[in-house]
Amino acid sequence: MDARLLELEDVHTQLTLREGVVRAVDGVSFHVDAGETLGIVGESGSGKSMTALSIMRLLPRSGRIIGGSIRFKGRELRDLAEAEMEALRGTDIAMIFQDPMTSLNPVYRTGWQVGEPLRIHRHVKTAASIAAAVALFKKVGIPEPEKRATQYPHMFSGGMRQRAMIAMGLSTGPSLLIADEPTTALDVTIQAQILDLLRHLNREFGTATILITHNLGVVAGMCDRVIVMYAGRIVEEGRTEDVFANPEHPYTWSLLRSIPRLDAEVRGRLQPIEGSPPDMAHLPEGCKFRTRCSFAIDRCATEEPELRQVRSQLTRCWVTQGGVSLESQSDLD
Amino acid sequence: MSRSSLKVILTEAAPAHGPAGAWTSSDPLVEVRALKTWFPVRSGVIGRTVAQVRAVDGVDLAIRQGETLGLVGESGCGKSTLGRSILRLVEPTSGEVFFKGRDLLRMGSGPIRRMRREMAMIFQDPFASLDPRQSIGGILGEALDIQRLSGTRRMREERIAELLDLVGLSPRFASRYPHEFSGGQRQRIGIARALAVDPSFIVCDEPVSALDVSIQAQIINLLQQLQERLHLTYLFIAHDLSVVKHISDRIAVMYVGKVIEISGARELYARPRHPYTGSLLSAIPIPDPRIERGRERIILKGDVVSPVNPPSGCRFRTRCFKAQPRCAESEPALETVRDGEHLAACYFPL
Repeated sequence: MDARLLELEDVHTQLTLREGVVRAVDGVSFHVDAGETLGIVGESGSGKSMTALSIMRLLPRSGRIIGGSIRFKGRELRDLAEAEMEALRGTDIAMIFQDPMTSLNPVYRTGWQVGEPLRIHRHVKTAASIAAAVALFKKVGIPEPEKRATQYPHMFSGGMRQRAMIAMGLSTGPSLLIADEPTTALDVTIQAQILDLLRHLNREFGTATILITHNLGVVAGMCDRVIVMYAGRIVEEGRTEDVFANPEHPYTWSLLRSIPRLDAEVRGRLQPIEGSPPDMAHLPEGCKFRTRCSFAIDRCATEEPELRQVRSQLTRCWVTQGGVSLESQSDLD
Repeated sequence: MSRSSLKVILTEAAPAHGPAGAWTSSDPLVEVRALKTWFPVRSGVIGRTVAQVRAVDGVDLAIRQGETLGLVGESGCGKSTLGRSILRLVEPTSGEVFFKGRDLLRMGSGPIRRMRREMAMIFQDPFASLDPRQSIGGILGEALDIQRLSGTRRMREERIAELLDLVGLSPRFASRYPHEFSGGQRQRIGIARALAVDPSFIVCDEPVSALDVSIQAQIINLLQQLQERLHLTYLFIAHDLSVVKHISDRIAVMYVGKVIEISGARELYARPRHPYTGSLLSAIPIPDPRIERGRERIILKGDVVSPVNPPSGCRFRTRCFKAQPRCAESEPALETVRDGEHLAACYFPL
């Protein structure tokens, strides 16, 4: 069997905060194959962004990877020297962020910035790098690319900045693109444009994508597989169709039932998840979701379940691992 | 003209000046006519006005007693400014806003303060909208004091406890401070503060968009329960159309300072008539891969246009896939497309 494009094994990342040490990523394992789109969903504090930053080795100063392995094309990223990692970030792995306002430098022309990875990592001359940026602008749907390349970031709208960031990320032809909430700051019609662009680029260049989002609708339309994170852990993993049709973790199950849907016919009450997102400094014993879970059994309070296969998915839940279906269980209530 | 004949008014037949006759409870609670709120763009040393941001640029709207009117649109379309203009938290440039038949824009500061007992606002950011140095009891008490609704100290404390209970928080929390609460709890406190004056009308400005997905449903349900219990009327402003559809009876869609479509919530989603509404709806992802993969999308070209220099004629024409030369020549009016309840401003509706 050939190597995975990206493989994480039992990754642990700690943040040292005033409140104490927080296990932001706590034993996360998953893989990404060439060309596929993997979604990571979760709420604030779920560890989804920290997982991405661990892969990129771009953690905040308070953060540190304390265990596990992150292999990209068979190379262990944790062992790379900073200069090697830097070269990899500029060429074979790209990352785009939620806020394109802060990711572009306001004092340089956009064409010059977008051409920068080519100058640094591919030793392309300045004029050629800017010409390449113009071509990339055209590819990502920025109108009047020649004129736009001479402008500064403040003259771009939010959607255009995100396009410019995507153009920069793609300039070196990476095999992996990590997009952290790439459309969260954008309006819906612009979100649709950007998602359409990402889908198109994935098809055209075969760039594998990790799409991090809290929006289940975005995952449904974009991702081949999905990982659901809660309190620094993966609680469910599977093919997108399976996870949405038959969620095997109560968190996924309740999340899907708590959100209003555009295509809903009846206007009943929503079924909210009680309580608050987890306080990472004070997590409960046993299963981390049990205090908000309507399916919890005694065992959940004492022992934390492992991530195990249940039907077509992996899930971290004693109830479904014990053979109970959430659907039938909820009908009893 | 008698007021009762104006019951379903939106734009048609709105008299140019104040409504004749006394307001009755079957009339719209809030009526907005030809409302404009422009902000000057100043430049140079002497701060000369060089342009106007036409945030709200001629809006007619009626909000019925007990309903939730959803107001949707993209950032910069003027939906928040419209909400604030109705409460006179920003000063409109021209037009009329009637609340229970009285024109708020022609009221002095004394009468408007008394009217504010009946109106309140819930803000998007529960982190920024609560004073971090005040206890929860202090924050709620202040809202009571401003309207001189506190009474004796004991009555004040009882009312604070009652407000916390209404929003599903323990009265013990009165002595705690905002930083001790989660986002969802803070929004509950924001709602309690809005309820302090016992209002009949609340402008909810993006009340759930800063909250985690799992918390949004709690707050939406709370707002619905409170509406039934206290007979509230809501103007619910949000960019998330799934949330707006869920909570609203009717929905108005704004684009660059104008309402371009208004209709019953289900009708709007089933049969959008304005091309902008159609594209907006098609852009919303549905959390179901079987539906989402096969969906036809109308992907709009370009960005939202600037409210400083809106295009001639229809403001949406520069992004519209149905635009014709006529759309550039004159601006289409908001007109009935179905049953007098569904209005759209488009020459070539879907």
